[in-house]
Amino acid sequence: MSGFGTLLYKELLRFWKVAFQTVAAPVLTTLLYLLIFSHVMQGRAPVYGEVPYAAFLVPGLVMMAVLQNAFANSSSSLIQSKVTGNIIFVLLPPLSSWDFFAAYVLASVVRGMAVGAGVLLVSLAFVTLSFEHPLWIIAFALTGSAILGTLGLVAGIWAEKFDQVAAFQSFLIMPLTFLSGVFYSIHSLPAFWQGLSRFNPFFYMIDGFRYGFFGVSDINPALSLAIALANLLVFAAATLALLKRGYKLRH
Amino acid sequence: MNPAIQIQQVYKRFGTVQALCGIDLQVEQGEFFGLLGPNGAGKTTLINILAGLARADSGSVRVLGHDVVTEYRESRRALGVVPQELVFDPFFSVRETLRIQSGYFGLKRNDAWIDEVMHHLDLTGKADANMRSLSGGMKRRVLVAQALVHKPPVIVLDEPTAGVDVELRQGLWEFVRGLNRDGHTIVLTTHYLEEAEALCARIAMLKQGRVVALDTTSNLMNRRDSLYLRLRLSGAALPAALAERVRDSHDATHTLRVRSYAEVEGVLAQVREAGAQIEELELLQPDLEDVFVQIMKDAKG
Repeated sequence: MSGFGTLLYKELLRFWKVAFQTVAAPVLTTLLYLLIFSHVMQGRAPVYGEVPYAAFLVPGLVMMAVLQNAFANSSSSLIQSKVTGNIIFVLLPPLSSWDFFAAYVLASVVRGMAVGAGVLLVSLAFVTLSFEHPLWIIAFALTGSAILGTLGLVAGIWAEKFDQVAAFQSFLIMPLTFLSGVFYSIHSLPAFWQGLSRFNPFFYMIDGFRYGFFGVSDINPALSLAIALANLLVFAAATLALLKRGYKLRH
Repeated sequence: MNPAIQIQQVYKRFGTVQALCGIDLQVEQGEFFGLLGPNGAGKTTLINILAGLARADSGSVRVLGHDVVTEYRESRRALGVVPQELVFDPFFSVRETLRIQSGYFGLKRNDAWIDEVMHHLDLTGKADANMRSLSGGMKRRVLVAQALVHKPPVIVLDEPTAGVDVELRQGLWEFVRGLNRDGHTIVLTTHYLEEAEALCARIAMLKQGRVVALDTTSNLMNRRDSLYLRLRLSGAALPAALAERVRDSHDATHTLRVRSYAEVEGVLAQVREAGAQIEELELLQPDLEDVFVQIMKDAKG
């Protein structure tokens, strides 16, 4: 196996060995959101004309699970390796910055997709969903998880302690996901907040993802995907530059 | 033939601390080389730069002729490093750890060599045990095995026996000596000076980021002019005139530094004149520790 292949395999094995915590637990948490919010919001006006609120909510929750778990995978793996010191096992071999980047991000994508698929499958027991454009669903899930995997890598590289990763997650990732339209359509917001939401890259990921299910969205999905891909490109280029420089890893 | 390790004018600063101030060192292929120095001398920083775990501010470092920055793939393939810290990945067993480490170097079907390394390091019985369950000594052996999975021609051991029991230490040195006989270049840092004395043919001593001594072990031992005269006295105390020669004193037993055999007679005469009787007398050859202490003292400032 190549160095890249081995690092990817090791990263997959790492979360798979503790799948109860890394896959099953987030699936359960997300389902709790679904149960509680769909109960509380019962009887609220349908969204996009005739989509019931619970059905509207599911893709948002699935995407939120995808994004948060993709972030958690690379960030926690890296910070654990740094704090325990076993990061040297991957720094000593002749792995390139690209090998390093691709392995961590791909493993995050797999974890995000696994949790997302779990949430979706279990939700289908409670809610009837349509799947208008499955390819868009996959495209947005892949792009979104790759972006968050990359951000997780940045957080893991930058942080020196666990609480710094937690801060990155609580003060950046959580607000951006919660305010991205997971629980509502931005058209229900006052004009100011609607405008502000358009600066949130997560909004495009969730909106486009939802389009795949209902064929309706706040923004043209092609534009959303273009914006998401542009984000991915910028974050990936910046992260590769950090890795090439050895920022905090080979100081 | 390229030197195993070539370090030229390496400088490294951490904040306000100048960790390395222009290190020049060359280790030839097949050598057993010792890198000594007190804590904070820069040994680990130098090894980290060699291994690509840190970058030098200036200067160049080559492993078998390959620059560690621009030709990092070749240089890292040529190098095996046993780190000082007892690190491990708690998710994996010993065998998984070694297979994964092989994979990072792009090695397929490396199991025969992995089995051989595990056998030499007495790890076979623990092959399927999780890393977490191993004792400190066992974890240290796994670190050695990890450094060897890709059969590196140059092996660096950064204080590998710190906190390791005597039996393992002996076994480990036997193994490392064997690797050296097979042609591997070995670089060792240690706090146990007797180890360096017994194992290393050549030694560099570092202090505050500078090389303060670089010679063969035997030259280092010979080059220092001191001998030690150990005396147990009775009847009177050691005369004050000899105080500057004292290396250590326990009750009436004093170890004095003398520069040559010729000086011994004068010292004994002074003791006699002070009215002391000599109960025991022993002449000690300096060991590496004395040389080390003296060189560190001379290098002050």
